Amino acid sequence: MTALDRPGLDYLEVQGLTVEFDGFKAVDSVDLTLLQGRLHFLIGPNGAGKTTLVDALTGLVGGTGRARYHDTDLLSQKAHQIVRLGIGRTFQTATVFEELTVLQNLDIAGGVHRKAWRMLGARKGVPSYVEHALETVGLSALRNRPAGILAHGQKQWLEIGMLLVQDAKVMFLDETVAGMSAEERDQTGELLKRIGRERTIVVIEHDMDFVRTYADVVTVMHAGKVLMEGTVAQVQANPQVQEVYLGRRVEHALEGGHLA
Amino acid sequence: MDAFTTPLLTGTATGAILLLAALGLTLTFGQMGVINMAHGEFLMAGAYATYLTQQVVTNTDVSIVIAVPVAFLVAGGLGLLLEFFVISRMYHRPLDTLLVTVGVGLVLQQLARDLFGAQGDPVVAPGWLDHQIDVFGYNWPFRQIFTILLALAGLAALAALLKYSSFGRQIRATVQNRDLAETLGVTTRRVDRMTFFVGSGLAGVGGVALALISGTNPTLGTGYIIPAFLVVVAGGLGNLTGTVLAAWTVGVVTAFCTDWINGSMAQVITFALVVVFLQVRPQGLFTVRTRGLV
Amino acid sequence: MRATPSREVLRSWSPLAGIAVFAVLLLVVAPAVLSPFRLDNLAKYSCWAMAAVGIGLAWGRGGMLVLGQGVFFGLGGYVMAMHLKLESAGAGQVPDFMALYGDGTMPLWWEPFRSSAFTLFAIVALPVLIASVLGYAIFKRRVKGAYFAILTQALAVAFATLLVATIQQTGGFNGLNNFSSFFGYNLYDPTNKRMLYTIAASLLVAMLLVVFQLRRSRFGELLVACRDGEERVRFLGHDPANVKLFAFVVAAVMASIGGAMYAPIVGIISPTDVGAPASLLLIAGVALGGRASLLGPALGAMAVGYGRSTLSESFPTQWTYFLGALFIVVILLIPAGLSSVLPRLWAPLRGRVGPARRLRESGATA
Repeated sequence: MTALDRPGLDYLEVQGLTVEFDGFKAVDSVDLTLLQGRLHFLIGPNGAGKTTLVDALTGLVGGTGRARYHDTDLLSQKAHQIVRLGIGRTFQTATVFEELTVLQNLDIAGGVHRKAWRMLGARKGVPSYVEHALETVGLSALRNRPAGILAHGQKQWLEIGMLLVQDAKVMFLDETVAGMSAEERDQTGELLKRIGRERTIVVIEHDMDFVRTYADVVTVMHAGKVLMEGTVAQVQANPQVQEVYLGRRVEHALEGGHLA
Repeated sequence: MDAFTTPLLTGTATGAILLLAALGLTLTFGQMGVINMAHGEFLMAGAYATYLTQQVVTNTDVSIVIAVPVAFLVAGGLGLLLEFFVISRMYHRPLDTLLVTVGVGLVLQQLARDLFGAQGDPVVAPGWLDHQIDVFGYNWPFRQIFTILLALAGLAALAALLKYSSFGRQIRATVQNRDLAETLGVTTRRVDRMTFFVGSGLAGVGGVALALISGTNPTLGTGYIIPAFLVVVAGGLGNLTGTVLAAWTVGVVTAFCTDWINGSMAQVITFALVVVFLQVRPQGLFTVRTRGLV
Repeated sequence: MRATPSREVLRSWSPLAGIAVFAVLLLVVAPAVLSPFRLDNLAKYSCWAMAAVGIGLAWGRGGMLVLGQGVFFGLGGYVMAMHLKLESAGAGQVPDFMALYGDGTMPLWWEPFRSSAFTLFAIVALPVLIASVLGYAIFKRRVKGAYFAILTQALAVAFATLLVATIQQTGGFNGLNNFSSFFGYNLYDPTNKRMLYTIAASLLVAMLLVVFQLRRSRFGELLVACRDGEERVRFLGHDPANVKLFAFVVAAVMASIGGAMYAPIVGIISPTDVGAPASLLLIAGVALGGRASLLGPALGAMAVGYGRSTLSESFPTQWTYFLGALFIVVILLIPAGLSSVLPRLWAPLRGRVGPARRLRESGATA
């Protein structure tokens, strides 16, 4: 099924994306179609190029090829312009503004929608979309606490909340549940399911339990290339994927996952 | 000598002094992220060390040779003190370090003024420095050749130190990944201190050359510190080849502008060139780390 | 969905009380108790304080260590001084120094400054233009931190050198001096000197109000965000270059207006007022007062200005040591400046200052 079969749905289409560092191809002619309403997971051993792929799509590193979203080639846009197109991301280490409160962090993310001159006014009250995001990610009770005191998982939720305030239609989440407790993982998964219906969500993840429970589509990357794409069952049955992971069984066991 | 070779040689000699100053800066900036604004005063200290050496050893031929290691030790020692008492306390605040060293520079200048007077003292060049040698049909003054050779020697010594000694390997390890180096048993604090010593010492050697050209003066360093920093900016952090090229370019451009227009315009043009250079530089100055964005 | 005015809202307005007290001291108390001579000095310190308020915004809030604000101070100062020179010379006449150092012909670019309106326009427009072009070139290329600081200082050095070298056009090392009137008001008349003081003090208070609003605005939050995590701001959909550029330009305009008042108040503007040492003095004041606080930069600059006027002439040696020690001690031991020390002394008396707030106010993490 291609994106064109489902008119009206939002999608991001990547064709032949390549990222090169001094001759080393970290991402090697990747084709990918990311469709609205599906929880898309990106897995693969360390160094497979998952984060670099997201970096290229969000303007952090340059790449060649095409990444079309709403008739715009993302590869020709700067990071902040891509955000304004409605594409947001989180980072492996949560990067919230530690000295600002939870509320201020969310509010500052809403700046994309404001006219430049309105930036000169002070914040008055709490905009409804900030309130909404606060409830969605479940941080209402901590709204006036500085973000620096939040637990690791809460920071990740705050980042997702900031993406909601930005009204990101496409979200790239980089190892969001890494380091979370089982309970936090479930909450995160449910959160993603809830907000994922009208968005395109791509999660980079190592935790296979999490992937198995929540993934609609899984893309496996290896050495910069897409190894395969399919449902969790299809991926687990694929001998090539098993080989890639079996070769790294020790490392994988350490991360608590168990693929096949 | 003619209208072209004279500024070329003067410029190269200026570039040589800038190089000696910039090498230390790029080393400490690259390794510790520290900008030492008192670095110009280390040049000045080197010049006064040359002057003092000449007071003790009156034979100018001998004294200038002794002055090089003496200046290295004096300036290096000052750098060591600065690192120990001030900079080591604020490695996590690089911009603030810059301001603190501004204060240190002011104190050192005033100290020189109190000790040696505001007027400055002449340094007598040995007779052989007044000779000229004849190459390609031109007469090259030995004084400038000496400056250039001194810088090249400093450069070669530093490059060899970085490349072959275990200390150099420790420096390179610390620059590339401080935490990793620490876990591998490198005492990065000690490496920092040594780097500071060597970098400051090189400025002292630059001071010897400077003393031969313009004598001593409490504010001797202030005229060189900003151009030296521009060299670091243009040359790229911790990049020896870039630093050499940038120092030479800044020196020669300054000399030609001074010759064709005037010394003040030379400064303005150098500044403009560095800003323009930053625009066209293909990769920019910084690379962004992506996984954590810090 | 609007929250009722909370404690936070009240706190966001409380700095206004500080500005009000400062304004009363400056505009009511000082003229009543100080001698004309002292008041004249205070007017001079106010000019430095104006530049310092801008530095507080750019450096304290934005993390941009502007080491060359003397350039913008000088732009305003020289623009104003050129107009005053032409006013003193009279219609169609040429400033005295041009005949002294040159052939008595005036460069064409001096001509527009005969107009009062153009002069006032240029005092704002020139720093906007230069800070925009330079800032755009620097910030868009992501040049920051120490690189930025060095470039601004290099600019100050270049500007001062350029002024010294162009004696026929700008008066060279002597600068521009000997003004007789200020937009028609005789500068030797004590009443008019008092008027100059009132203008300078009012402008300073106005700038504090501008910075107060900028600090509590969303822009102010974004500026602090750029200081503490510039790359992160990109992923909020903003180009940090634009945020920083705006603060840099505002700071430049404030310095320029300060310089424009300095020239008629002091009666001279020269390369020593614009070069690297002058710029560093401004920074010293801001650091002393508290770079990230609202009133700190202005008060610190006034204190350093006072020290400079009283100590530097009678005890030049001690003054240099003192200034050097000031940089070392303040930056090393109290990076958030005196304004962070006073509340801490107060704290045991009236409760505690939250750690988050202290961090936020310090700006020392940049």
